[in-house]
Amino acid sequence: MSAFLAWIAQLPPLAQIPLVIIAFLIVVALILFFIEIAPRSGKLYTGIRFAVCILAPLLVFLALGSVAWAAAVAAVIGGVFFILDYRSKEGGGYLFQLVGFLAPAILLLAVGLIYPSIKTIFDSFYSGRGTYVGFNNFIWLFTQPSAVRTVINTIVWVLFVPTLSTAFGLAYAVFIDKSRGEKFFKVLVFMPMAISFVGASIIWRFVYEIRPADQPQIGLLNQLVVWFGGEPVSWLSNSPWNTFFLIVVLIWIQTGFAMVVLSAAIKGVPTEQIEAAELDGTNAWQRFVNVTVPGIRPSLVVVLTTISIASLKVFDIVRTMTAGANETSVIANEMYTQFKSFESGRSAAFAVVLFLLVLPIVIYNARQIKKQREIR
Amino acid sequence: MSAVQPIDLPVDAETRRQLRAGEAKVEAPVKRTKRRLTSRGATIASLIIAVLWTTPTLGLFISSFRPAGLVTTTGWWTIFQNPGFTLDNYTDVLAAGNSTLNLAGSFINSLAITIPATIFPLVFASLAAYAFAWIDFRGKNWLFIGVFALQVVPIQMALVPLLSLFSRGFAIGGTQIFPGLNAGGSYAQVWIAHTIFALPLAIFLLHNFISEIPREVIEAARVDGAGQGQIFFRIVLPLTMPAIASFAIFQFLWVWNDLLVALIFADGAVAPMTKLLAEITGARGQDWNLLTAGAFISILVPLIVFFALQRFFVRGLLAGSTKG
Amino acid sequence: MSSILHRRLAAPLAVFAIAGLALSGCAVDETNGGSASGGGPGDAGTVDGVVTVYGTIADTEADLLEESWADWEEENDIDIKYESSKEFEAQIGIRAQGGSAPDIAIFPQPGLLSDLASRNYIQPAPQEVADNVAEYWSEDWAGYATTGDTLYGAPLMASVKGWVWYSPSEFAANGWTEPTTWDELLTLTQTMAETKGKAPWCAGFGSEAATGWPGTDWVEDLVLRQAGPEVYDQWVSHDIPFTDPAIQTALDSVGEILLNPEYVNAGYGGVESINTTTFQDVARVLGNGECSLHHQASFYDGFIQDPENGNATVGPDADIWAFMTPSIEAGGNAVVGGGEIVGAFSNDEETVKVTEYLSSPEWANSRVSLGGVLSANSGLDPESAESPILQEAIKILQDPETTFRFDASDLMPGAVGSAAFFTGIVDWINGKPSDEVLSQIDAAWPSE
Repeated sequence: MSAFLAWIAQLPPLAQIPLVIIAFLIVVALILFFIEIAPRSGKLYTGIRFAVCILAPLLVFLALGSVAWAAAVAAVIGGVFFILDYRSKEGGGYLFQLVGFLAPAILLLAVGLIYPSIKTIFDSFYSGRGTYVGFNNFIWLFTQPSAVRTVINTIVWVLFVPTLSTAFGLAYAVFIDKSRGEKFFKVLVFMPMAISFVGASIIWRFVYEIRPADQPQIGLLNQLVVWFGGEPVSWLSNSPWNTFFLIVVLIWIQTGFAMVVLSAAIKGVPTEQIEAAELDGTNAWQRFVNVTVPGIRPSLVVVLTTISIASLKVFDIVRTMTAGANETSVIANEMYTQFKSFESGRSAAFAVVLFLLVLPIVIYNARQIKKQREIR
Repeated sequence: MSAVQPIDLPVDAETRRQLRAGEAKVEAPVKRTKRRLTSRGATIASLIIAVLWTTPTLGLFISSFRPAGLVTTTGWWTIFQNPGFTLDNYTDVLAAGNSTLNLAGSFINSLAITIPATIFPLVFASLAAYAFAWIDFRGKNWLFIGVFALQVVPIQMALVPLLSLFSRGFAIGGTQIFPGLNAGGSYAQVWIAHTIFALPLAIFLLHNFISEIPREVIEAARVDGAGQGQIFFRIVLPLTMPAIASFAIFQFLWVWNDLLVALIFADGAVAPMTKLLAEITGARGQDWNLLTAGAFISILVPLIVFFALQRFFVRGLLAGSTKG
Repeated sequence: MSSILHRRLAAPLAVFAIAGLALSGCAVDETNGGSASGGGPGDAGTVDGVVTVYGTIADTEADLLEESWADWEEENDIDIKYESSKEFEAQIGIRAQGGSAPDIAIFPQPGLLSDLASRNYIQPAPQEVADNVAEYWSEDWAGYATTGDTLYGAPLMASVKGWVWYSPSEFAANGWTEPTTWDELLTLTQTMAETKGKAPWCAGFGSEAATGWPGTDWVEDLVLRQAGPEVYDQWVSHDIPFTDPAIQTALDSVGEILLNPEYVNAGYGGVESINTTTFQDVARVLGNGECSLHHQASFYDGFIQDPENGNATVGPDADIWAFMTPSIEAGGNAVVGGGEIVGAFSNDEETVKVTEYLSSPEWANSRVSLGGVLSANSGLDPESAESPILQEAIKILQDPETTFRFDASDLMPGAVGSAAFFTGIVDWINGKPSDEVLSQIDAAWPSE
């Protein structure tokens, strides 16, 4: 693999794109092919299964450029896997299919996310220099007024951003549904999603910027205040309201996501039901509450969950607009700051608090999934 | 998945597709009835939202054509009182670059990073999402919830371990199992990193759609003798195409606009546009007005992608396969 | 084992096995640092004709940097690949820990270098570099590149902070003179405020993620002038905390100017507008005469002369000139300055050659003659510099009487020097009492 990647890296960039994608699709097609023939019974297929069990790990290890005896270990793993698979209650090839579908994603996740998160939890009990300090990092975190403030701010973000973006997105999606120029209307609200965070922070600089009362304002919001006869306000430096002005930026970005997903979901609500409700003489609001909302409930949960997690992890906006000054800091920003100054322990402690904050969302979704399974 | 489901007839995919095409034709008269329902108030409300959401961006757009001196002293809405039109911001940005890379090169890098980094996670995620939806095994729910929960791992936490794996490789007890990618200065690291970070959300979203496919469709295919591979490729993929295409747009946007991953894994000659734009503002950020133009140059491609895949959006991200 | 059990356990087991493999595998290589004899995160480098250099210097200044060593590259057949990033401070730590560090890094903060050096990422300075440092740099400067008892690199460029920019013609017209003591400066400020009927000083602390840094320069100037270099050094090494009376006094002295609504913020509004004004933008009001006094380092002449910004000339007889922030007693000679230190992650032959060249007077003259910067290298020919402010600064740097101290926030650990100190200043400008701010900054000092 390294050799293949090294070879491909020498080519011009535009040639690399199709080549890498084709190579990737060939591998996926092979996996799918073996999945397809795996459960077939007969000596031939059993033989093929056995061969793949031994060869696949071998090839993988060789592709990774590993040493020979590691490949031998791989062959043993393949053998054990084959026997497990062969004796599986679901019939031969069952496990083979399962692993074929799941392994690529799970392997990547293990390396890139599961291992780092376990490491983070361990790190939170060590100092930046690697000595064991028990709960000291957490004690530090919860005795620091500024750190506590950071956690509270994050919670405020999670309370406001998902609800408001979803509400705006849903209202907008309903209002423009089936109207003329729907596509155009969608693009207008979708646009903020397509702008990078650096761009977004500059856009909002032109909204929040403050200039003294005797000079022309260059921030739109203060210009409005001045037109109405007020004094210019420094939006981003007065706690606690400044956090809300930052929250507005994320709502502005995430509404596009909510709108696109929910608009699609609304189109999925069968028109027969709407019409039936109409015949019953209900008004538009009742129809919306009693037919549309239940129809798009699963999508609402998905949207709220996704945006909640995005607001928990919010980083770029705070970093580019205030860098966490004036009590606007959030966990991800603080984590980054601590990490950058080699305080990996404190940084990890912040991350662990983040994990804990997300638990309610995870538990809620877990229950939803269980419920769904029961319905089906 | 949804609480309210129309009665599903066990029909095969082909009929289903015809049915859907038919439904699309039926929609025209429905449109008229709908139109009457949209009240004046709703129209006004949606106009207000559209204006509120567009104004900030409009301000940036106008500012990108104004000379730096005017941008810092007068509001962009006074463009008529303080006229000043210049393309300097754009020409300066287009000339941006360093000794190893210019803007055109970084634009190609952005494409070369984004396209594979959109396709890889989508394919892996659809495979995994299919298994979670249609293959029964013990501990499935827990594993799925675990994958879903991984969404919350902040990328910042995963950077060092991943970088270490790429550059030093992976050893067990002093034996190198994997000697490292040795891929500094190539796209491979960025592709892999973006693929990993996109998987949890992609699996979570796609699972929603794939599990919405009526059981009868899958069963019918099984009875016809299709194996899991065929079912996935011939039935599940086409039916969830709208969802896949929609997620592809979002993934494309995220990768295209990403700076954090690019900073770590894309160095030197393979840096994407975001990285170059972040550096053009001068040593002390004095030329930040250039970013006004930079933001619009980098927004072009995502918008083209959005318009190109627009039809999938109309068909609906969560519309499922069986409803109109 | 029954097959049912297999089915129940197979998938979770597989996942755990994979995760376990990943864990045990990565855990091995997570040890910090490498020895100086090669290996480890320094990777010790390879002789391949390419030396990678990473730093914060960007844009036109980066072009000049590359120009300054272009001839040398030709002669020695070594390709120096320079890469810059605004996120250098965060990136270098991640890259060092992840094992993909550059061969050489140019550190704007000695504190960051010693952070990395104390974690065994940086190669000790080779003999050739150590000889150059001993010959061409003062003990003060050598100390900034030293951690423990080991020299880890050589200084590169320098800047002098603490200038107060003003308009000579305005001073002449009103009969004002450059103050020579801190009290004279306060009296002058009072006089100017009364004469003009509005605030004389302007300040801008806005700088995106580093908002607040110009304020730290104020505090450092006052600590050095009021409490003296010994206390300054103790403050940097945290032998005295931020809450020490000496630091409190310095902060309050700065507050006599910056927190007084009659003295600031010329051209912008109240005291709080200091945080929302970017430091670059102040050149505009300085240039158009709305503001009469501004405290900022020597690099600021670039902004003042920028036609899009200050649009004014700089020099003793020009639109804008500067005097050094006066000391408490007349005739003080302590200045705060900044600069870069060059540290190496590799120790192969080519990297050593490059670091040696960068620490030589040849390089210093080559770079300074291209304009815009200066170096504290004593082999530097003062004629190399062109602009009046740089010539003035070189005089100060090469004067044996000068007590030079490096910018304290650059020497402190990153958690304080480039984070808590900045945000503390911002909170302080917004009205947080100084004792609260100082204890907040002090709490961020890293654990041992």
